Amino acid sequence: MTTPHQATAQGTQPWQGGAPAAYTSPIPVRDATFGDALRSEWTKIRTLRSTMWTLGVMLLVVVGIGLLVASVMSGHEASGFPALAAGFFGVLLGSLSVITLGVLVISSEYSTGMIRTTLTACPSRSRVLAAKAVVFFSLAFVLTTVACLLVAAVDSSLISGHGVLAPSGSQWARATVGIGLYVALLGLLALAVGAMLRHSAGAITAMLGVVLLPLLLALFMAGESLQTLRTDLIEYSVPNALAAIYGIPMLDSGPHGWTPLWILAGVTVVALAGAFTVINKRDV
Amino acid sequence: MIEARGLTKRYGTKTAVYNLSFQVRPGLVTGFLGPNGSGKSTTMRMILGLDTPTSGEVTVSGRPYRQLPNAPRHVGALLDAKAVHGGRSARQHLLCLAQLSGIPARRVDEVLGVVGLKEVAGKRSKGFSLGMGQRLGIAAALLGDPQVLLFDEPVNGLDPEGIHWVRNLMRRLASEGRTVFVSSHLMSEMALTADHLIVIGRGQLLADMGVKDFIARNSTGYALVRTPDEPGVREKLTAALHEAGGGVQPEQDGALRVTGLELPRISDLAHQADVRLWELSPHHASLEEAYMRLTQGAVDYRSTHDPRAGFQQPGPQGQTLPGQLPPPATGYGQPQPYAPQGAPHPYAPQGGQLPPQAPAYGQAPAYPPGPVPQGPPPQGGFGAPPAPHHAAPAAPAAPPQAPAAPATDQPDAEDR
Repeated sequence: MTTPHQATAQGTQPWQGGAPAAYTSPIPVRDATFGDALRSEWTKIRTLRSTMWTLGVMLLVVVGIGLLVASVMSGHEASGFPALAAGFFGVLLGSLSVITLGVLVISSEYSTGMIRTTLTACPSRSRVLAAKAVVFFSLAFVLTTVACLLVAAVDSSLISGHGVLAPSGSQWARATVGIGLYVALLGLLALAVGAMLRHSAGAITAMLGVVLLPLLLALFMAGESLQTLRTDLIEYSVPNALAAIYGIPMLDSGPHGWTPLWILAGVTVVALAGAFTVINKRDV
Repeated sequence: MIEARGLTKRYGTKTAVYNLSFQVRPGLVTGFLGPNGSGKSTTMRMILGLDTPTSGEVTVSGRPYRQLPNAPRHVGALLDAKAVHGGRSARQHLLCLAQLSGIPARRVDEVLGVVGLKEVAGKRSKGFSLGMGQRLGIAAALLGDPQVLLFDEPVNGLDPEGIHWVRNLMRRLASEGRTVFVSSHLMSEMALTADHLIVIGRGQLLADMGVKDFIARNSTGYALVRTPDEPGVREKLTAALHEAGGGVQPEQDGALRVTGLELPRISDLAHQADVRLWELSPHHASLEEAYMRLTQGAVDYRSTHDPRAGFQQPGPQGQTLPGQLPPPATGYGQPQPYAPQGAPHPYAPQGGQLPPQAPAYGQAPAYPPGPVPQGPPPQGGFGAPPAPHHAAPAAPAAPPQAPAAPATDQPDAEDR
């Protein structure tokens, strides 16, 4: 298996008598691709317990609370309430789990030092970040949508009659795909923030602030002069955006329908652009 | 082939690496030596494109690392045994790295076998010992069957069997024509493993030469000669020794470091020149010593004396700390880093309570240690066992145990 080192040490020194032929691997070398990075990131995300935990909690909360609300509402009069909106409460809590996973996908690499190994194995940092974003976004979107679909199906069968509005096709789309996209985008925003802050606790705290703080601040704004700010904070807060997608916005004004989704998409694109700039520029 | 040209890295005001230029050639194990904090890891990170140099550049096979089309198939690196996500098993960790560069999954089991982690392949790496972590890191480096390999402190935390294994692995990889670049802060380890040495201190190049050259240049024996402190005597002896073909270098404490002459011959020459000798002793610089001397001015983290004063009642005695030595005065920017003048004379009594001559002569006869355990015996030594006996006549008849230092010795002690 090995050459005794004395033999080499006392033999002719190779660099003095012409360099030996450099080693070439018998296995042919091909260029690494984005597909390779996607496969690798899929392996990474599915082999961590934090993925199982956060996504498991998300499913449990969205489906569990969704069913609970549906069963409570099934016996009551709820005129003017869109049937599918019963999923809102579960999704609001479940989105926090997705945010946590979004941050951890990137920040755990920094906290463990794995990022150095990753970026040594793939020096194209944009490719790594893009693969992470695609894999995480797809996973979060699919699971959230499936959970929402389940809840929506139960809601529409349980909360019908009693003066409740029958869900339209567009309401169905928004309550499933729309909510799935919104929650997954929220997670993607968290991933971008995690890539910029590189610190799990910091990034998760920042994201919780983004989600919860505007509404909390608005609660304590009483004065006349702050009325506009208060309205803006409520209208553009994440909980209100989710409610608007479900068709139950807190105020009559403000973004409604699909609009909150486009707003979040814009914010996420900007944050991702920042994340790509930072990861390419900074030392690891 | 790794090539660095004028590599410089600054973090704020701290310069970690300054103007480093070197080549790491294929077919050799190149050792990368330096004290803690000398910039080894920073240099490694710059080679791997993790850190961007402030100025200068480093290429692997002619390209900056980040422009290599499939880096792991070209360069394998062990940077840090802890640079893994502890939540993944060894196999999963290697699998995601393999997939990143399109390496088939069966290669993962191959390298797990090579590093001897097959039994624990399914265990989460969180529970691995440092040695197992090193093995996992080496497995990751070998994954792509690369022609260039970088290892940062690979033997840290390994047991003797593991160290032996790593040593042989490095040599085998190099003998296959690969470029192997291994960092370490242990000279003794590198003397056994490396063919070529790159030594840095405080981010600057101190030496770039073959191990044999390094040994030949830095660990030859020499004689330490001390003459009475009379005007002209030292010059007279120096001239005589020069004439006989010896190399003479004055030490800081007034002694002369003589190379290329046997001890009896030095004694004869002194006798002919009518110079009395107060000391004539054989010395032998080991490789470790040579390395210490080379990097001495560049050591960042030095231990201080622990007075445990925090536990004691404040009192007047608290100020004097027995045994505390002033830090060596060698500056970092000394113009000639190979010059040994910074080294304190090993026998020079520090502190003055001891009779100045006693320890020197007390130790001299016990000297001949044989060749250095690492590598071939250096040239130009005076391995002849009777050498110490020649030293004896030249010495004043001061028995080692004589506690009362003669008044004549006093100026000599102060001179040091």
